[in-house]
Amino acid sequence: MRYIEHDIVVKRMNGRNVVNKLFKSIFLLATLSALLALVILLYQIVSQGASHLSIDFLTNFASRFPAEAGIKAALVGSIWLMLVVAPTSIILGVGSAIYLEEYAGKNRITTFIQMNISNLAGVPSVVFGLLGLTIFVRALALGNSILAAGFTMSLLILPVIIVASQEAIRSVPGELRDASYGMGATKWQTIVRIILPAAIPGILTGSILALSRAIGETAPLIVVGVPVIIQFLPEGVMDTFTALPMQIYDWSSRPQQEFQQVAAAGIIVLMSVLLLMNSVAVFIRNKFEKRY
Amino acid sequence: MSTTQAINNRSKTAGLEQESSQATSTSSVYDTKQLNLWYGDNHALKNIDLDIKQNEVTAIIGPSGCGKSTYLKTLNRMVELVPNVKTSGQIMYRGRNIFDKDYSVEELRTRVGMVFQKPNPFPKSIYDNIAYGPRIHGIKNKKILDEIVEKSLRGAAIWDEVKDRLNENAYSISGGQQQRICIARALAIEPDVILMDEPTSALDPISTLKIEELVQELKKDYSIIIVTHNMQQAARISDKTAFFLNGEVIEYDNTDTIFSNPSDKRTEDYISGRFG
Repeated sequence: MRYIEHDIVVKRMNGRNVVNKLFKSIFLLATLSALLALVILLYQIVSQGASHLSIDFLTNFASRFPAEAGIKAALVGSIWLMLVVAPTSIILGVGSAIYLEEYAGKNRITTFIQMNISNLAGVPSVVFGLLGLTIFVRALALGNSILAAGFTMSLLILPVIIVASQEAIRSVPGELRDASYGMGATKWQTIVRIILPAAIPGILTGSILALSRAIGETAPLIVVGVPVIIQFLPEGVMDTFTALPMQIYDWSSRPQQEFQQVAAAGIIVLMSVLLLMNSVAVFIRNKFEKRY
Repeated sequence: MSTTQAINNRSKTAGLEQESSQATSTSSVYDTKQLNLWYGDNHALKNIDLDIKQNEVTAIIGPSGCGKSTYLKTLNRMVELVPNVKTSGQIMYRGRNIFDKDYSVEELRTRVGMVFQKPNPFPKSIYDNIAYGPRIHGIKNKKILDEIVEKSLRGAAIWDEVKDRLNENAYSISGGQQQRICIARALAIEPDVILMDEPTSALDPISTLKIEELVQELKKDYSIIIVTHNMQQAARISDKTAFFLNGEVIEYDNTDTIFSNPSDKRTEDYISGRFG
């Protein structure tokens, strides 16, 4: 006796194909709607801001007059911020990931820590701002300096870097560890010589994406008390500063119509920086990707 | 040196009867006494007693899950990388219990090389793969490293195939060649014993043959313990064979005896292909 009646299979084939095509269209539509929103956004920003974009815009300080307003202090401030955030968050994040993946035993405490790190990744950025205000600005008396803001931002993106690094480390095949341990290598030698070189593309990609999040965040900076109008460039990490998203936020909240164009130009600069960082991430991933 | 004497003894008796090789029998490398091992609650090795001799090929055979790989990995304590492993009993390696607190695993693994089931070269050049072991043990001199690399690759009978491409990625060569690179990598730490965990199970017949010939060559200088699924392979290349079943050693004897005249019914059933 046969269970599959081929005549019936053929008869039902048309219906199955229609359903298949239907779902393909639905998913295509979903993709396009996201893309459409992005295109509209970009079009609006570029058409508004392009006219204001010039070398002067990059080299002028902020001003009461829209025509003279520039983004110099904010751009330089954001770069300073990154100089603090990148080393702090990558060293702490990769260190934690190595500890959790390679050294820590699998017990209740590590499971608890692990769970909390994943949860921290979902905590709103304004909460991290309050944390930074309490610890760095007030308790450690760093004021609204680059260092205080940088540490706050580092805390914000730390969970993302830890999780991304853990995944990169976990994806290094176990056979490579076995081979290294089998020759009498210590854990540290295995980590430095085998695991990190293989995991570095994943770690850097995750870190750069996290840094791009930090460069675009506004809420923690507002809470920490970063000012907007700054007429000088910071000279050290203890100086006050302003950052790109702060400057854009300020411009867009001003009543004059012209400042909306200035804000749009600022967004173009911020987006260019983000795009640049993401391209670096893609480049690193492609260049160092290894086959096993 | 006792090793050289052993090699001489071995080559003198090479063509003679099994008994005479017994008469000049060399010292033991590994003496396992009442070894028990648990993975959590799973009692994986039960009261293992095995005496493994120097400059011989010892094959470990048995059906899947019988504990043969576990036993092999216990010999260089790689099994401890699995969480929740407990052991009791002793494994004397050259007269020292490897479970002693003051015996570091790194030291043990420098004397006991390992070749794995799947070829697992590092994603580095062939040269860096071979030089890995010497480097982690502190050798930095380029000339010495060059010599070790050449000697190890020659030892693994792959020098002629790769001598012009030492700087190429080890993944650019075939699986069989990769496995011989892994053997060369194990030789580079100048071990005393080489553990092989089904080293040919992922290879084609010709590569398998090359590895088997290599094992015959290597036993002059090293003691080899090989886990294999392939009974013909055990019969072809080993001097002694241990048959494992459900975590116990059922029979351990000269390979000829095991395959021609096993004393236990279960060994006979397994060898003749009735199960396994």
